[in-house]
Amino acid sequence: MIPVEEVATNPVEPFLRMERIPHIWCPGCGIGTSVNSFTRALIESEADLNKIAIVSGIGCTGRVAGYMKLDSFHTTHGRAIPFATGLKLARPDLTVVVYSGDGDLFAIGGNHFIHAARRNIDLKVICVNNLIYAMTGGQAAPTTPVTAVSTTSPYGCYEPPFNLPYLAAAAGATYVARWTTFHVRQLARAMKEILRRKGFSFIEVISPCPTLYQRRNKMGDGLDAMKFYKEHSKVKNGAPTAEVGLDIAGDIIVGKFIEIERPSYADVMRHQLHARLGDRYACEEGAVCQ
Amino acid sequence: MAKGSVSIIVERCKGCAFCVEFCPTKVLALSSAFNAKGYHPPHVVAPEKCSGCDLCGMYCPDFAIYGYKIGKKESEAAA
Ligand SMILES: Cc1ncc(C[n+]2csc(CCOP(=O)(O)OP(=O)(O)O)c2C)c(N)n1
Ligand code: SF4
Ligand code: SF4
Ligand code: SF4
Repeated sequence: MIPVEEVATNPVEPFLRMERIPHIWCPGCGIGTSVNSFTRALIESEADLNKIAIVSGIGCTGRVAGYMKLDSFHTTHGRAIPFATGLKLARPDLTVVVYSGDGDLFAIGGNHFIHAARRNIDLKVICVNNLIYAMTGGQAAPTTPVTAVSTTSPYGCYEPPFNLPYLAAAAGATYVARWTTFHVRQLARAMKEILRRKGFSFIEVISPCPTLYQRRNKMGDGLDAMKFYKEHSKVKNGAPTAEVGLDIAGDIIVGKFIEIERPSYADVMRHQLHARLGDRYACEEGAVCQ
Repeated sequence: MAKGSVSIIVERCKGCAFCVEFCPTKVLALSSAFNAKGYHPPHVVAPEKCSGCDLCGMYCPDFAIYGYKIGKKESEAAA
């Protein structure tokens, strides 16, 4: 009989490019924990892995696309959503996941985010929000809480940050949730839900960055952040997104805030072109057209 | 007998202690030994309490630990 140890493998391994592991993330960084939830979601959704593509921008979180053994693309900074939009429109049969950081998706890439949500492009956007530009050395991001110290806010940040669920909902996202890396099972369930549904879907994952966010703010290590999430998270499914903004040391409202249906960009496009062009419009193979 | 077991890939560990803190039955503790990178990996201090729930595996940011149900793995090994 084969010894048990040789049979058992970490369930995450079949989904990783193991030749790149160990990864570059710091001790206590939450990005790897979010990847565990993502792989559990892939397993449980029973998705055809040949039909899933993952797109990241640049940053520590942007490395996720490079570590996942899926069709993956590591785009330029801020451009994960435009690349993913093109991919989804050209290959409607693919499930397209965007996995990137808060700076990538909401600073340089912010306009792409709001327009993809407005158009209801069928993308699954997972944003690891560590409240900072980590990879470049800890500059303030549009998510950095007021009073937080960063390399570009040495006396404390005084810009009001974005409330990401509120922004996503206002722009038209059809699914909006927030969890932290403490909520590994809830996060996996949410990721499974968005893998299976249609429409622009958004999950914010609050995640520790001990090296470049917490250290300057005397917030301890990754485990201290995880304990903080455990103690200060309040689950409020359906909470009005206007009320879920984050303060530097305040409670973190988590849960599924929005789940609605509206026609996707591709559906509306086909409908309109058919209405105007009749038989002259030939939609792509396999598409449902009326 | 324990319902589960846990496997630790010591050299991949970065000593964050997420697994130790969030194991629901406190099976693990950080060891005083170092791995080659200089981190203290976890070791099993209460094997009989392991349920194989794999919460340690879900928390570990470095993919260095995972739990599994014993019956399941043994039947897979026998199959
Ligand atoms: C066009 C361009 N501008 C700026 C940069 C530098 N840059 C790389 S990553 C990054 C921010 C990363 O922050 P975030 O998206 O929050 O990811 P994190 O590293 O925190 O996971 C910046 C500004 C770049 N690579 N390309
Ligand atoms: S700098 Fe921060 S976000 Fe980047 S790997 Fe380190 S802990 Fe993670
Ligand atoms: S969670 Fe992983 S990296 Fe952290 S101490 Fe446990 S085994 Fe090591
Ligand atoms: S499998 Fe569950 S019970 Fe066993 S060590 Fe891991 S977290 Fe603890």
